[in-house]
Amino acid sequence: MSRTIICTSPSDAVTGIRHGATILVGGFGMAGMPTTLIDALIAQGATDLTVVSNNAGNGDTGLAALLAAGRVAKVICSFPRQTDSYVFDALYRAGKVDLDLVPQGNLAERIRAAGAGIGAFFCPTGVGTPLAAGKEVRTIDGRDYVLEYPIYADVAMIGAHIGDRMGNLVYRKTARNFGPVMATAAKLVIAEVARVVDPGDIDPEAVVTPGIFVNRILDLSSLSGHATAAAS
Amino acid sequence: MTETVRTRPAVVEHLDRGPLDRHELAAIIARDIPPGSYVNLGIGQPTLVADYLAPDSGVVLHTENGMLGMGVAAFGDDIDPDLTNAGKIPVTETPGASYFHHADSFAMMRGGHLDVCVLGAFQVSQRGDLANWHTGSPDAIPAVGGAMDLAIGAKQVFVMMNLFAKDGTAKLVPLCTYPLTGLRCVSRVYTDHGVFHIDPTGDGQVQVTETFGIGVATLAERLQLDTGS
Repeated sequence: MSRTIICTSPSDAVTGIRHGATILVGGFGMAGMPTTLIDALIAQGATDLTVVSNNAGNGDTGLAALLAAGRVAKVICSFPRQTDSYVFDALYRAGKVDLDLVPQGNLAERIRAAGAGIGAFFCPTGVGTPLAAGKEVRTIDGRDYVLEYPIYADVAMIGAHIGDRMGNLVYRKTARNFGPVMATAAKLVIAEVARVVDPGDIDPEAVVTPGIFVNRILDLSSLSGHATAAAS
Repeated sequence: MTETVRTRPAVVEHLDRGPLDRHELAAIIARDIPPGSYVNLGIGQPTLVADYLAPDSGVVLHTENGMLGMGVAAFGDDIDPDLTNAGKIPVTETPGASYFHHADSFAMMRGGHLDVCVLGAFQVSQRGDLANWHTGSPDAIPAVGGAMDLAIGAKQVFVMMNLFAKDGTAKLVPLCTYPLTGLRCVSRVYTDHGVFHIDPTGDGQVQVTETFGIGVATLAERLQLDTGS
């Protein structure tokens, strides 16, 4: 019996998330964004959150809705400013949310390091720029590198395509983005998927995120009003 | 026929025309990308270069959000919300495409696996420093995305930009005044008025290879750069 729990209600999927938690949120723009889990988190009520995601919300849904609900104290991301990031923009300008800007590859690698048990790493990105200010620099074989630390999290919420009852996940096209690395780096990993299948129905050679990383899967096809997702 | 005046072997002056528009500039950059290259076109204006790559060039496009073999923009029924480029614009996949997660995508950059990236810029210095992520304005919301990783990662960094800002100040400068994206990383600057080659390991001498609607001497004077001419 797998330890991964298959949830059939969004509220079950987000139960236990505490005030002040650091949450990795998957997605690149809206591709891979776990909007059902985020809506459930808004309903669940956890606040004073630190959110780690590539962007800081688009339009009024997903991460933007969580920000608009006033639940986020700090955003760690690479690219907050977009044409439709007006929710974040207004909060930031009003001083209601802190921003820690991280180059996109450092964001991914720092999350990867957390999940892989790496204490820190030297990275060439950002050398000599304001985003490396105050960080230790070491010259290795004639090239300068900046010391970067892992980003650990309490929770990861990601969107995947299909999960099985063992917790294995596959993704779809560029909606994969941060999902596989975020799935390794949090104490509680929650994935929302279009549907859940039986063990063996996903080709073991095709598994992208092995079930060991996944604590809970929300089966969108089991929710009312998700007939389209179930059919896809 | 384009009238050209060769002032020295390496420079071609196109004096019978005005500056390049952004489509002509994209075509020139596409011309200079070696066949078979793995290429990242960033976001915004440089993505126009994709429209001018020859179908038989064998160039494979990388997008930072986890794809090699990116195809043209998607329209109508071809739009798939799970398939976008780095600018979040719907795109298509080409035969032989592959998908991968973000840590792998940026390992491709940092690890030196990409041959060329083309980026926009606020400023480029004559020793190849790049400033393209932040104006430094106190009310601006900073956003860096993958620019710093691309700048230091790709084997060759090409910049595509207008040579002069709207107020007439040059964007190819002795020293950048905007916050930097990367040090000594740009090797070529493609602009509406001319193409410039930079040796990022060199002493800051800029080589003009082509000009459009302006002579190289006038250009060097306006830029106050050491072009070695």
